[in-house]
Amino acid sequence: MTRRSAESRVPAIFVVPAGLGLAILLLPLAGLVARAPWTRLGEILASDGVLTALRLSLVTASVATVICLVCGIPLAWILARSRFRGRSLLRGLVTVPLVLPPVIGGIALLVAFGRGGIVGQWLETATGTTLPFTTAAVVLAQTFVAMPFLVIAVEGALRGSDRRYEDVAATLGASSWTIFRRVTLPAVAPGVLAGAVLCWARALGEFGATITFAGSFPGVTRTLPIEAYTAIGAGDAETAIVLSLVMITVAVAVLAALRDRWVVRG
Amino acid sequence: MSPSPEKRHDDTCPAFAVHTNRKRSITTPVAGWLLPIGLHCKGAAAALAAVVAVAVGAAACGSAGASDQVTVLAAVSLAGPFTELADEYPGDDEIALSFGASSALVEQLRAGARADVLATADTHTMSRAADAGLVTGDPLVFARNALVLAVPRGNPGGVSGLADLSRDDLRIALCEPQVPCGAAAERMLAMAGVDARPDTLEADARDTAGKLALGEVDAALIYRTDVTSAMETVEVPPDVEVVTEYLIAVVAGAPNPSGAEEFVAAVTGEAGRRVLLEAGFGTP
Amino acid sequence: MSLAAEVTTRRGDFELDVTLEVPAGSVVSLLGPNGAGKSTLLGVLAGLLQPDAALITMDGEVMVDTATGTYVAARHRRVGLVVQDYLLFPHLTALENAAFGLRSRGVPRRAARSVAATWLDRLGVGEVAVRRPRELSGGQAQRVALARALAVEPSLLLLDEPLAALDVGTRPAVRADLRRHLAEYEGCAVVVTHDPLEALVLGDRLVVLEQGRIVQEGTPDQVTRHPTTDYVARLVGLNLLRGTAEGRVVSMGPETVVTLAHDAAGPVHVAFSPAAVTLSPHRPEGSARNAWAGTVADLERHGDLVRVTVEGPVPVLADVTPLAVADLDLAPGVTVWASVKATEITVYPA
Repeated sequence: MTRRSAESRVPAIFVVPAGLGLAILLLPLAGLVARAPWTRLGEILASDGVLTALRLSLVTASVATVICLVCGIPLAWILARSRFRGRSLLRGLVTVPLVLPPVIGGIALLVAFGRGGIVGQWLETATGTTLPFTTAAVVLAQTFVAMPFLVIAVEGALRGSDRRYEDVAATLGASSWTIFRRVTLPAVAPGVLAGAVLCWARALGEFGATITFAGSFPGVTRTLPIEAYTAIGAGDAETAIVLSLVMITVAVAVLAALRDRWVVRG
Repeated sequence: MSPSPEKRHDDTCPAFAVHTNRKRSITTPVAGWLLPIGLHCKGAAAALAAVVAVAVGAAACGSAGASDQVTVLAAVSLAGPFTELADEYPGDDEIALSFGASSALVEQLRAGARADVLATADTHTMSRAADAGLVTGDPLVFARNALVLAVPRGNPGGVSGLADLSRDDLRIALCEPQVPCGAAAERMLAMAGVDARPDTLEADARDTAGKLALGEVDAALIYRTDVTSAMETVEVPPDVEVVTEYLIAVVAGAPNPSGAEEFVAAVTGEAGRRVLLEAGFGTP
Repeated sequence: MSLAAEVTTRRGDFELDVTLEVPAGSVVSLLGPNGAGKSTLLGVLAGLLQPDAALITMDGEVMVDTATGTYVAARHRRVGLVVQDYLLFPHLTALENAAFGLRSRGVPRRAARSVAATWLDRLGVGEVAVRRPRELSGGQAQRVALARALAVEPSLLLLDEPLAALDVGTRPAVRADLRRHLAEYEGCAVVVTHDPLEALVLGDRLVVLEQGRIVQEGTPDQVTRHPTTDYVARLVGLNLLRGTAEGRVVSMGPETVVTLAHDAAGPVHVAFSPAAVTLSPHRPEGSARNAWAGTVADLERHGDLVRVTVEGPVPVLADVTPLAVADLDLAPGVTVWASVKATEITVYPA
């Protein structure tokens, strides 16, 4: 079959850096696999702590992703389409959770939503409930760190979409909401999906903000990463490794299932 | 071959980013597991390219393996006093400190980490180490720590005793039962006959104290040595007091046995007692 | 259903200033070179662009009046738009595309699809109803786009270069079809194009737009026989000159005159076909010929003739046989005399 002749040849200068990058990414993974307690795998996986943590992680990450979609898509739309002063600043602020060390993020969440926090205080007087140490807090922490991924992905997709389709839809009599629902959203669906997957993966792996803001209690706030951390603290390296492998397997499975589509397209 | 050592100052082996600070409990155990498969300091540097190694690995890890170093694995709560002791250390040797949860330290040794001295926060963990043949000689008790009931300054939850720990309306932090401070807490509560309702089971004594320091919980069972000025303690009846004993021993197969003995002597001697008492520990 | 529009607006570096009237049931072809402002005008009429100053009424109802601040949004105007690349919604089938406008206006799905199906049939693309846009040929896509626009029964139909995306081979058939559909359409239609043949075939009236301004309008016949700008002249393939007539002589500049077969007066356009131009190596003798010297600038095949561009005080295009080219040894740079009989010249007021 005729192929582009340039395709098969990798520029020699790429081999070393690419190999290095791959090594950095894969060696730790190889280490985990090598140290995994394969004989006890089933026993550990079936243990209460692990199953509870797994279920909690999957549920909270999914709920957080839904919240990110519901709030993030409109936010992305505003950033991509409307013109107002301070838009660039707003976009910058939206990306802050990306660079914030997660533990600092957790402390920030406490300052805002903790018992003595700005919103937290009001929440306590108004409803009698506080957020820390609840599952809701876990979802909030995950949403905080994962939303920027979604917003950035969707904003990029919206910027790259052809607005003339929306013009045509307008002339056909569609309202703004109809245009968004039937023309814009389908057009940026790949970008939204990619953003949602990244968001979900980030939420699943979130640790620092969660443990600082939500605490660690089995079944309520002890997600998989926290379960792993607790296992380390207790000296149970094997459980921690198994948990890490579970998370890696889930993440790789989801991302591989999307194949080429996890890279944001315009 | 030496384990990922931490110097008294902060330029530690960057390959594992182990620092002499609070977050030690996270990073040291992680580093510990990777040691057995050869990914120690120099090995990691070799796995990275030469360019990176020159910049990162070689410089920081240059002195690893020197014979005048004493590597000490110690429980997290000893961070303050041991660091101070190392700073003032009169001997020739350089003291490399590595802090972590006691059980994690024992795991490291079990996995083949090279160290000279082990200091644990409870008897149980040291027994496990002794049973596994990881330490030589008889471990010595060199400090005592008490578990206290601590509340934020001002006692917003109105906590008057251990019984309050079963109140639903209070936010309570305990250590995870599988770590020493958690085990101690369980014993104390059992003795007092209290069915506590914790809201969080932290993986680390420091994390538990941290929740209290942030004011997010109304009460916590923490070590006396972790009590800060932002907290108060509530008295508990003497019959339920739990005192944990800290033990120190020389590691079997230590690279620097004489240096290890010297350090143990310093800890159990005058200088050691002074820094420990200052930090709030009791001494035998 | 008529349109009356006065639009003055600045876009980029040019200003659009037009007054346009389209009676009900008629089709206006808006012809002009690229960048003339045609698409801008369409955008303003459709409600997608906000003009600086405009008064637009459809069926007597004011759509835009910048003086009073009235502005009806695109979705409320009864306008149908078909653009050059059709822009069929890629994730919907042809039927769903055609039904889109009706669904957006609240028509229930079944009813909307039924009406849409009727329109697709009427335009001859009923059998592609279940296909996605990427599975359609150019001609099919164009008809689906037209069906989509017509399904909502607009008062004004706007077509922006409707045939440009088709291959030259399919164009004539689709053009003829489009003419038929436009004839059946009861509202007013504006077809924007840069192709003169398209403009002539589809439009009842021609409006020529250049640099944001209307430079000529009239029936196709009027415009092509009597072009008043070089652009149109070139499009319809005529030589066009301007001058002032006095009796039978038109003076166009120093020492450049054209002699006519009959009298005229005042500023005039002088037009003659390239086929009427004869080239010779020397000034031709005798008969009432107009002759000018010039230099050959370019030679180009034009059907089975060769179109020669002659530059000089009177620049002309001449269509000659390849034999003549050989005989005269024509090549760029060669001096020739171009001559035209007075009887072949058309004159009309400028």
